[in-house]
Amino acid sequence: MKNTIISLKDITVSYDGEQVLAGFNLDIHDGEFVTLLGPSGCGKTTALRTIAGFIRPDKGDVFFYEKNITDLPPHKREVNTIFQKYALFPHLNVYENIAFGMRLKGRGEKEIKQTVHEMLAKVNLTGYAHRGISQLSGGQQQRVAIARALANEPKVLLLDEPLGALDLKLRKDMQVELKKLQQQTGITFVFVTHDQEEALSMSDTVVVMDGGVIQQIGTPTDIYNEPENAFVADFIGESNILDGLMLEDYSVKFAGHIFRCLDSGFGRNAAVDVVIRPEDIKVVEPESTLITGEVTAVTFKGVHYEIIVDVAGFKWMIQSTECRQPGDRIGLSLTPNDIHVMHKSEYSGKFGDYSTFSDEMGEDIMASDEAATQEADDSDEANAPRETEEERKAGASGKAGAEREGRADEV
Amino acid sequence: MKSNSKLLSAPYTVWMTIFIVLPMLLVGYFAFTDKSGHFTMENMLSVGQYSNVFLRSIWLGAVATAVSLALGYPLAYIIAKMNVKRQNVMVMLVMLPMWMNFLLRTYAWMTLLEDNGLINSALAAIGLPRVHMINTAGAVVLGMVYNYIPYMILPLYSVLTKIDTSVIEAAQDLGANSRKVFLKVVIPMSMPGVISGVTMVFVPAVSTFIISKMLGGGGNLLIGDLIDMQFLGSAYNPNLGSAVSLVLMVIILICMGIMNQFDDGEEAGGGGILL
Repeated sequence: MKNTIISLKDITVSYDGEQVLAGFNLDIHDGEFVTLLGPSGCGKTTALRTIAGFIRPDKGDVFFYEKNITDLPPHKREVNTIFQKYALFPHLNVYENIAFGMRLKGRGEKEIKQTVHEMLAKVNLTGYAHRGISQLSGGQQQRVAIARALANEPKVLLLDEPLGALDLKLRKDMQVELKKLQQQTGITFVFVTHDQEEALSMSDTVVVMDGGVIQQIGTPTDIYNEPENAFVADFIGESNILDGLMLEDYSVKFAGHIFRCLDSGFGRNAAVDVVIRPEDIKVVEPESTLITGEVTAVTFKGVHYEIIVDVAGFKWMIQSTECRQPGDRIGLSLTPNDIHVMHKSEYSGKFGDYSTFSDEMGEDIMASDEAATQEADDSDEANAPRETEEERKAGASGKAGAEREGRADEV
Repeated sequence: MKSNSKLLSAPYTVWMTIFIVLPMLLVGYFAFTDKSGHFTMENMLSVGQYSNVFLRSIWLGAVATAVSLALGYPLAYIIAKMNVKRQNVMVMLVMLPMWMNFLLRTYAWMTLLEDNGLINSALAAIGLPRVHMINTAGAVVLGMVYNYIPYMILPLYSVLTKIDTSVIEAAQDLGANSRKVFLKVVIPMSMPGVISGVTMVFVPAVSTFIISKMLGGGGNLLIGDLIDMQFLGSAYNPNLGSAVSLVLMVIILICMGIMNQFDDGEEAGGGGILL
């Protein structure tokens, strides 16, 4: 194993009494590309700012090569940050921005000039040295920020959602560019993002966070294929998460049937969460398989169709290249390899049903249906046909909502 | 669209023509004519004999501006670092004296600074020697600073609050301690505020006449007083008054031009008020 370069031990941080990080432990190894991944407010930026020195943890210590740097101010730490909004100095041109750190260190003018031009070449901005910052596009400013940080020869580069403000194509280019830079320089990168695709495609190690707590640490493949709990499974990619019962090793019961699987070690008759990725499900004739359901929605996504199937009230998502029409009855076929079993967690029952894609939308739809039903009740009889139609809809999604709640109750 | 905006601007154009451009032309006309309306250079030439008044005005104005900057910058910086609620209270406190009539404020200083004024009485009461304060250049500078310092603080405050904290953090991140952050980031980034603050204090300070009249006595005649005398005073001579005004305007324009040079190239159009 490589050396541990940064080590966060039992870090606790709170803002205004609200705990953002709770007993946070993380080791970062030399030369690694580590990504802190999680939804907004999960504490990933706080963790990064703790490493940079902008936040003093309430409790816990930060180690840099086994040296405690908890009390070291930011300007004395051998780490540099790429800020979300780049934070370039607007009163300096590109050259002076990149030279800023070296000037503070009292480097010679000749060395500064050489390094600045080296850095500009590295980020493909040769010839931009004397431009003003406001004359640059977002992507160019981003690259200047990277050059400015790298010119300082940091041991660790901290990147706080650096690609968030760029458009999709540019973001992809920058992902490749950053990965290349990291491999060339061998500098440890700690990257913060809420974009799971970005995390998977760039990182050596992904740290999935929620609520100030690490949910899972692993390689991108581990995180995707072997999610630790319902949160990770839902956050990384799409997944159908069902309540299951582990009857014995290699045998799990869910959706009313018993399936063979590859997981073991849960004990007998243990309640578990079962994850099935939408792309693993094969669409077959309803007669030839155990799980059947009615297609309720089909969305064309380019590469595949996204088919939502109602199986006894639970909405499954399937990604298939075959097109089906809403109302079709189809069968869902699974192989043992497609089934991943997880322990129950606080997140069980919160994710994995595709009545809606997000919790927020789910709640809003239920609330607005309720309001619609009430309005319909209040309205006069002339609207009667519309009223029944609305009630029928409200009833349908109410059922889905009840189903979700039911699942949560079982935990 | 274009004709529409022309139509909208018409009242302003008319207003500016009547009340700004025309008076300026009139000032120019009076400056180059004598009492009977004939062209003459005599007024402009005689301005030269008041060069000591010009120098004193510019000198006292510059001192007042420098003092305002030295006092105002730290205060603006401190206010900008407070939480928003306290910021609002502080800004209001800075502006509070401006709600009081200008003449009254200056008059209040008179009674404070007089040889038998409040300060001297207080000094005498505790057994200290009296200090002569009224009718000195110092009193004039004090009056200028007191009256104009809000115009220094407000633009500085507004620029300082707009400095993004992430830029400060970036500087720290790159190895700057708090002194370096201040020198290399905060001060350069607040230059537009410094320029407009300096402009807004220097210009009225140079051309003031009430302050020097009330606090400076006869020995501290400023350009403002000189002009005042030509129009309203005993030495009634609007032609000379116009010539002096014209020269003053040119001098101020030159000063501002020099000032704005400092701002050039860094952040073009960053907020420095051009006259």
